[in-house]
Amino acid sequence: MKQEYIISAYSENHIGLLNRITIIFTRRKVNIESLTVSESALAGISKFTIVVNEEKEKVVNIVRQIEKQIEVLKAFYHTNEEMIFQEIALYKVPTQALMDSDQIEKMIRSHNARILEITKEYTVIEKTGHKEETQALFDGLNQFGVLQFIRSGRVAITRSPIERLSEFLRERDSLLDKMEKKS
Amino acid sequence: MTTKNEKIKNSLNEAIEMTGSEAMIRSLVAEGVDTIFGYPGGAIMPIYDALYDYGHAVKHVLVRHEQGAVHAAQGYARVSGKVGVCFATSGPGATNLITGIADAMIDSTPLVCVTGQVTSGLLGTDAFQESDVIGISMPITKWNYQITSPEEIPEAIAKAFYIASTGRPGPVLLDITKDAQFGKLQFSYEKCTKIRSYVPEFPTDKKHLKKAADLINAAKKPYLIYGQGILLSGAEKELLSFIGKTGIPAASTLLGISALPSDHPLNMGMLGMHGNYAPNIKTNECDVLIAIGMRFDDRVTGNINTYAKQAKVIHIEIDPAEIDKNIKTEVAILGDAKHALRLLATLVENKQHQEWVNEFLLARTKEEDKVIINDLKPSKPGLTMGEVVRLSTNLTDNKAVIVTDVGQNQMAAARYARFNQTRSWVTSGGLGTMGFGLPAAIGAKFGAPEKEVILFAGDGGIQMTIQELGTISQEKLPVKIVVLNNDFLGMVRQWQELFFEKRYSFTEITSPDFVKLASAYGIPGATVSDRKDLGLAMKSMIDCKGPYLLEVKIEQEDNIFPMIPAGATVSRCLLGSDEL
Repeated sequence: MKQEYIISAYSENHIGLLNRITIIFTRRKVNIESLTVSESALAGISKFTIVVNEEKEKVVNIVRQIEKQIEVLKAFYHTNEEMIFQEIALYKVPTQALMDSDQIEKMIRSHNARILEITKEYTVIEKTGHKEETQALFDGLNQFGVLQFIRSGRVAITRSPIERLSEFLRERDSLLDKMEKKS
Repeated sequence: MTTKNEKIKNSLNEAIEMTGSEAMIRSLVAEGVDTIFGYPGGAIMPIYDALYDYGHAVKHVLVRHEQGAVHAAQGYARVSGKVGVCFATSGPGATNLITGIADAMIDSTPLVCVTGQVTSGLLGTDAFQESDVIGISMPITKWNYQITSPEEIPEAIAKAFYIASTGRPGPVLLDITKDAQFGKLQFSYEKCTKIRSYVPEFPTDKKHLKKAADLINAAKKPYLIYGQGILLSGAEKELLSFIGKTGIPAASTLLGISALPSDHPLNMGMLGMHGNYAPNIKTNECDVLIAIGMRFDDRVTGNINTYAKQAKVIHIEIDPAEIDKNIKTEVAILGDAKHALRLLATLVENKQHQEWVNEFLLARTKEEDKVIINDLKPSKPGLTMGEVVRLSTNLTDNKAVIVTDVGQNQMAAARYARFNQTRSWVTSGGLGTMGFGLPAAIGAKFGAPEKEVILFAGDGGIQMTIQELGTISQEKLPVKIVVLNNDFLGMVRQWQELFFEKRYSFTEITSPDFVKLASAYGIPGATVSDRKDLGLAMKSMIDCKGPYLLEVKIEQEDNIFPMIPAGATVSRCLLGSDEL
């Protein structure tokens, strides 16, 4: 059964790795629903957060292929329930629409959104949340005409109390040291 | 007096100023490279210029096409166990390597491919002979890297060799811009022994070994299947003593051939679509299936939904991504085959499984009566591929390195060549690359100069890379070439006969006079079409001191059997077209 999975991969920050990772999906004709890459808490290590809608078996296979890339340190997969995640959306609406009624202001309040910038012509609103939430605000604002809209890829964090990466790096260091000594 | 080689080695630790090109060659020498297959061109000229001074340390073989260089490097790697190295220029030179790199990736062959690239300032400008070889080769390399400054060269080469040769081996491509070749650096060399993000092999889990041993000790009908992992980890002796102790019958994948001597009483032959009858059907009768250093390729498993469902599967494998990829396992043992087999051997009991082995032998008799006798002792006048192959290994005491192209010639060679030495079998398995044979045989001869190297190729495949006769001629390389000529693209024709109502769509192929062609390259040869002449012809070929081409005109419409039709279960291993 297909469902949403969040794949997280930690890697060295090297040129070309994004391509190496995305072609693993392309080759299996799996669509990437969202992709976020940024530096992790540890300098020089990047974190990929990739959302797919797929069967578990395929996700396991993909995660192993990602981990097989030389410069990938570790890859995990989680269901949505296992992670806390957010997306951010920006909306540009005509400032006149805010002037004409209090509808937009009410919407901003009820959706816990905020205004980033107001000019004579337009106003930029920001909202973070799950896709359904940012979409709901879009649908609301669009009654007044949304001039521009953008939604980010997902960022996600596990529910476990420690960063899995630092734990993992400690284990990896001792494993490689042991192997080096043996050879 | 110290030789120049020693001088190079001695000087590795003190930094000396030199060009990137010279650093490239010195780094290769430091990695123990003695043979490079390549073809020069604009963007790699500085490296070739540096190579000019290192003829004493490294042998460079000029091929006739870059595809020839990469296949030769593969052949070299497969017989020698070392990393194969090839050079090509940018653009078309680099793209001509792609087929061989893909082949090496799927068959786990360690390669370092060095390609020239346009000057870094021109990258991305559609410069003359620029191609994005890093992008193109990404899905088919274990690792690739573009070098744009000379200082990066030693470390990049060290990493390339470490990655190519450790863990599950594979091809690495280094793309080096022309300015990095010309530029200067302070050269010193240090081998790579560790990469933080890469674990070549995970430690073998003792609990899993114990669980596997318990299954094996309790099994009534255990069956061991092995692949190239045995050869890659050098576990031939461990495999021999493991099956000796446990009495378990064993069969190999196409790439596992020659890991176990052909005449070992427990060697039951080859698995797969055109493998032996007993190894295939017994897969669905065993109670414990021990798979070592193999990846359950679809040509081995047939329909995975009906594959070994009755058996508990133990998978010993170095690549974590292969575990449970195709076949779900009861016990997975991650790690190097040699190491794992050693540990497992201490936990298993001495046993005999004579009745079970007899079942294999009974099935073998069935195949002998219906297939093998017709291939080896045919009653019809036309020559068979099988008898030609068997004669060649008989005449070389089963010691020759056998190289094949792809198709019927390959399957006949896999079925009928006999081996008593490891690393004696070179073939393109996963990718099934026609044209692989001739250049791979060149590489194999450089990799094992003391051995007789015999190539079996069809009339189709040999014409895909036939230009490499030029390389053989220039090197006076004693490779023995057997062209099995049936005037057809035989394997496709066989499928057309069996599954496409004999509609022979574009499988009839005409060929040049192969003997005359060889002669134009200064290579002696002969043609045989009559059984009574075959023995003498084969003997003349083997006795010839230099290269030789023997064309054997064989029966035109022979089929390879047994055969498991595509997508069918391994139990449906057909012994003839009457069983379709």
